[in-house]
Amino acid sequence: MSLSSTLARRAAGKTAAPRRQLRGNARYAPTLATLGLFLAMFAVGAGMYPSFLSGQVFLNLFIDNTFLIVLAVGMTFVILTGGIDLSVGAVVALSMMVAATLLQQGWNPAAVIILVLLIGSTLGLAMGLIIHYFDIQPFIVTLAGMFLARGLCYVISLDSIPVTEGFFTGMAQAQIPLPGELFISPGVVLALAIVAAAFFVLHHTRFGRTVYAIGGNENSAMLMGLPVRTTKVLVYVLSGLCSAIAGILFSFYSLSGYSLAAQGMELDAIAAVVIGGTLLTGGTGYVLGSVVGVLVLGIVQTFIAYDGTLSSWWTKIVIGALLLAFILLQRLFTRKTG
Amino acid sequence: MTSQQPAKPGHPLKTILAHRLAWPVIALAALLLLNQLFRPDFLALRMQDGHLYGSLIDIMRNGAPTILIALGMTLVIATRGIDLSVGAVVAIAGAGSCAYIAASPEPGSPATALTAVLIAVVAGLAVGAWNGFLVSTIGVQPIIATLVLMTAGRGIAQLITGGQIISVSNDNYKAIGAGYVFTLPVSILITAAVFALAAVLTRRTALGTLIEAVGINPVASRLAGLRSRNIVWIVYVFSAVCAAFAGLMISSNVTAADANNAGLYIEMDAILAVVIGGTSLAGGRYTLTGTVVGAFIIQTLTTTVYTLGIPPEVTLVFKALVVITVCLLQAPKARKVFARLKTNAQSAAMEPAKEKVAL
Repeated sequence: MSLSSTLARRAAGKTAAPRRQLRGNARYAPTLATLGLFLAMFAVGAGMYPSFLSGQVFLNLFIDNTFLIVLAVGMTFVILTGGIDLSVGAVVALSMMVAATLLQQGWNPAAVIILVLLIGSTLGLAMGLIIHYFDIQPFIVTLAGMFLARGLCYVISLDSIPVTEGFFTGMAQAQIPLPGELFISPGVVLALAIVAAAFFVLHHTRFGRTVYAIGGNENSAMLMGLPVRTTKVLVYVLSGLCSAIAGILFSFYSLSGYSLAAQGMELDAIAAVVIGGTLLTGGTGYVLGSVVGVLVLGIVQTFIAYDGTLSSWWTKIVIGALLLAFILLQRLFTRKTG
Repeated sequence: MTSQQPAKPGHPLKTILAHRLAWPVIALAALLLLNQLFRPDFLALRMQDGHLYGSLIDIMRNGAPTILIALGMTLVIATRGIDLSVGAVVAIAGAGSCAYIAASPEPGSPATALTAVLIAVVAGLAVGAWNGFLVSTIGVQPIIATLVLMTAGRGIAQLITGGQIISVSNDNYKAIGAGYVFTLPVSILITAAVFALAAVLTRRTALGTLIEAVGINPVASRLAGLRSRNIVWIVYVFSAVCAAFAGLMISSNVTAADANNAGLYIEMDAILAVVIGGTSLAGGRYTLTGTVVGAFIIQTLTTTVYTLGIPPEVTLVFKALVVITVCLLQAPKARKVFARLKTNAQSAAMEPAKEKVAL
């Protein structure tokens, strides 16, 4: 073995590795802080309420937030490219309305689900195309998309439509038993599968790396010859698809379609993504962090439900405060690393 | 082939069309005309009990809160920012003032109403200072900095009202949103006064230029010795105070504070008004007059839906389509496409054979 290669290996192995590790830690820090916060909140809850420390309370966080997890996954993609999607809550409501109406008319549930997913993706595609080809800010385009989807809900019906179809009610009541007398709903399995798929796509495919590259610097990504155009449009398609899936999951959960449902859910999804450590300027963040972000939002609600004396508006104030804390934390980390 | 050929000085129509306010004004005129066609008395104004009545007055009165907020939003957007918290400020201002009136020993006196107004303004100042602090001193992105209060603000308003709708009966307070002075609704006069103030302050002093400088290039303006931090601070405070006044109007018009629904989605309407009016979301050059026209377009659109007998459910779809159309028409890329089509059409008329090559 020659000297130079030993030196090179030493340089690569001994000096670069710790530095990379350090930088890696700083990158993970916001997400790890969220995880720490979640564990701390769970511990505090366990200390305050004896029944809090149970596997089922933990699993209920997933069962009650399947739709939000799926939304946050789609939103993570969009925010990673430096965009934003304000239409997701309205698309959830539209999906629920379409599903409820068609099921009431006796459609086959499989056809209904496929149609709903198509509608969601098409809306996303339209918004993505407008954002890219006309160079209009995502904020305005998805805002118009929100008006359009919400408006279509009103056009379908102003009243709440119950879902009585067998497959949907079956999914609503189905429980998958886990060891230790615990259970989860089928929706949780689907949501976690989507998270796993998103994780794989983001970290192990060309598309995922392009998403990060666009968020880091769109011009550089373009100059590197990456498919910026396709990726940017696809990200909104993904978000629309995720919103439609979330709408189906929400239908399983609530067994109805209502045009005012899921109001403000886009804010919850954005909050979950930010709390999970994704930078809103794009380029940095993890889909698993967003899932932890959803869990943190869920545990805040569980706390308020357990306490019983706190009113529902404390949820909003606490979420706002958490959002603030994490934004300041992000500022701190971006200043240190950048 | 340039996309924006300077209008030939000899052609007056072209000069008018080249003005940045031309298209918003044409859109507004077309909307009003459409209404006039369907309801012949639409543009008519009449005097009754010493007050002016008519659809135009209604549009102005109902649009007053949106215009007010959109004015504040224009300046914020001019500095490359955005203020999402205005809807929450509307709720907080209404909740604060109504809660004070309801709890005061003399709920009907003018002094109580005055204090209530002061409370709302102070609340607006506080929120604006907070937003400005986050954006300018901490350096948080404007969307996110104001998202915090958009989420938490409504919670705070509900905390103030205790989750109830607080109704008040104070004639002086009611006058802000529903009263008349000099035959005109008070809310219109307040809005006009704020517009005049903002226009004079930003166009007759250097403030407007400074705001545009910060929006066009924050780094360059800082290097040029501009205290961009203070400018940013000022615009957020102005925006929040405008929202507080809008909150007073909305709550006084219905003499109640509804923490859940007061000013819901008004931030969206205000942003749309700014964009339709011709101010770019990328910051820089802004037009207050354009914003007012934009807000009128939005309000007229809502009225049009009723006039034409379109079911109210469709309003949002209608609005979405109009917004998309207006944004597409204003997008630089779309204009380029139109310009290309136009030149293509001209050259095609002269040399039909070349058409395919050009396309």
